[in-house]
Amino acid sequence: MIELQQLCRNFQVGDQSVHALDHLDLVIDQGEYLSVMGPSGSGKSTLLNMLGLLDRPTSGEYLFNGRATSTLTEEQSATLRREHIGFVFQSYHLVPRLTARENIELPMVLASVPGKKRKQAVDEILTRLDLTDRAEHVPNQLSGGQRQRVAIGRAILMRPQLLLADEPTGNLDSKSGQEVIRLLEELNGEGITLLVVTHDEAMGSRASRRLHMVDGKIARDWETGNR
Amino acid sequence: MRILDLTEFNYRAISRQRMRSTMLLIAIAIGVLAINLLTGIGEGGKQFVLGEFDVLGKNVLIVIPGKKETTGGMPPLTGETTRDLTLGDAEAILRLPNVSAVAPLIPGEVEISAGALSRNALTFGTSAAFFSIRQLSVAQGRALPQTAMDDARPVCVIGSKLRRELFGNGRVLGQWLRAGDRRFRVIGVIQDRGQSMGFDMSDAIVIPVASAQTLFNTEGLFRIFVEVRALETMDTSRQRIIDLLRERHDGEEDVTLITQDSLLSAFTDILDTMTLAVAGIAGISMLVAGILIMNVTLISVSQRTREIGLLKALGTPARTVRLIFLSEAALIALVGGLAGLAISELALLGAHWVYPSVPFATPNWARAGSLLIAIATALLFAALPAQKAAKMAPVDALLDKKAGQG
Ligand SMILES: Nc1ncnc2c1ncn2[C@@H]1O[C@H](COP(=O)(O)OP(=O)(O)OP(=O)(O)O)[C@@H](O)[C@H]1O
Ligand SMILES: [Mg+2]
Repeated sequence: MIELQQLCRNFQVGDQSVHALDHLDLVIDQGEYLSVMGPSGSGKSTLLNMLGLLDRPTSGEYLFNGRATSTLTEEQSATLRREHIGFVFQSYHLVPRLTARENIELPMVLASVPGKKRKQAVDEILTRLDLTDRAEHVPNQLSGGQRQRVAIGRAILMRPQLLLADEPTGNLDSKSGQEVIRLLEELNGEGITLLVVTHDEAMGSRASRRLHMVDGKIARDWETGNR
Repeated sequence: MRILDLTEFNYRAISRQRMRSTMLLIAIAIGVLAINLLTGIGEGGKQFVLGEFDVLGKNVLIVIPGKKETTGGMPPLTGETTRDLTLGDAEAILRLPNVSAVAPLIPGEVEISAGALSRNALTFGTSAAFFSIRQLSVAQGRALPQTAMDDARPVCVIGSKLRRELFGNGRVLGQWLRAGDRRFRVIGVIQDRGQSMGFDMSDAIVIPVASAQTLFNTEGLFRIFVEVRALETMDTSRQRIIDLLRERHDGEEDVTLITQDSLLSAFTDILDTMTLAVAGIAGISMLVAGILIMNVTLISVSQRTREIGLLKALGTPARTVRLIFLSEAALIALVGGLAGLAISELALLGAHWVYPSVPFATPNWARAGSLLIAIATALLFAALPAQKAAKMAPVDALLDKKAGQG
């Protein structure tokens, strides 16, 4: 499903070039559960943004579902993101003026899905995430764990193939973090390809495949045998 | 994005920034208000003037003492006299071929009393022809008698309001009233016709011109109204009057003749100037509103950088992001514009109530035009900030440090 070929991403800082991703090769199959760990600044977030088509490589190629992405227009990669990729961020990224329901609904609103279909889909997700009685609350009135569940609801509303989570439990206490990770694993169990960036060894070790990054390279890539 | 969803999304964003949005609304409302109010007043004035001259008739010439050298401008309506126009001049004009009627005019204001009641009233010294030329008719009694112009008969015709205030509902015909130091017998009451050339005839008293001459102790006429028999003879009559008066005034051309056409073209000049003023004010207020829109939208884009990043992560193409910010500005412009339009309509209604004879109303093209200008301004000035939002790199936008976490 995903294939990176000699992928590089350089950042120009002053007159110095930082190699955030350094000739990366990576293949990910549909339905895999990967965790990405590594020291700060090793390029984990850059990799995740690259996989999510939020960023473009300096060189190398990224094949998404067998299709080269380097030649996509802005509009085409937006469409791929909308239809196939969900994001979960450490800081939730909810729209503060919208209620939980409206935040979850947002991708369908942006995609011009008719109201009736939208309501049905959002209701299902609210029930599933146990947020029905929080549906009309704005983010300020929700706990961190609830906010992250809303963000996950929004990420899966369009039934993406790929779910990318950058330190999804970074701002949560361990109990809420556990709930969130269990939810993500449940979704993976239903076939979504899941990639989680984390600093938590316990969490990282739950994945079936682990990546360890150092200096923009994948230093280790191994199967855990978890299933 | 569907239009209703977009509008709701815009509305939510706008209402979060109450202060800024209100400021914008007011700026736009003022612009639209200015356009509509000024065109409404201009149009009202135009209709009013046109209406008045319809009453005067196309075949009427007005002779004014004094000569304005500049051509094209307003005639000297205030009458900066060099040499008096006399009753003799008026009688001589009446003897010209093709002239059917002549009405001299000496206006003034004088204290009128009847019994114990007294008040000031506008006084017109003129002749019988004045009634036909100004299309005044009498509700009661008769107009001034058809006599020689120098016949200073002590008779008067009064307006209906004056009649009410001096005589109540009692008998009025044949009654005497005092105007200044002279006495006049009421022989008629003028039919109400509202305002006439800015004068309220219902509040006026009409007396023979010779009586006015003694009452105001003046020889000179303020105006002579001349009615020609046929419209085709207007130009020749005009020339004949000029020649005649030059001859009578020792070879000096010291009068101005105005016709409906010349007055209307003068008013058209004024209206054109007014239109320019409208355009100027509209332009300035819209420029101000536009710059405000640009700043407010720039601030909004900057504050909502993380939201823009999110929208992009959710797969929103650049053009939709642009649309969101453009429609936000357009929505504010529409609401502000409608508010300005509503206020202007109310103000014009109020003006019409105060001056019932002037048909204040903004033409539809100005109503629609002002709204279109407001929206176009909003779109034009929001274009740059909206483009800035559309162009943002998703990762940078998501990581924006300025805004708090959401
Ligand atoms: N926009 C940018 N401009 C310049 N340098 C950048 C930019 N984004 C990332 N980098 C650099 O690229 C490298 C990789 O950054 P990245 O954010 O991927 O690290 P990370 O592994 O996610 O770290 P952390 O665990 O702290 O989140 C770092 O050296 C970082 O400074
Ligand atoms: Mg990171």
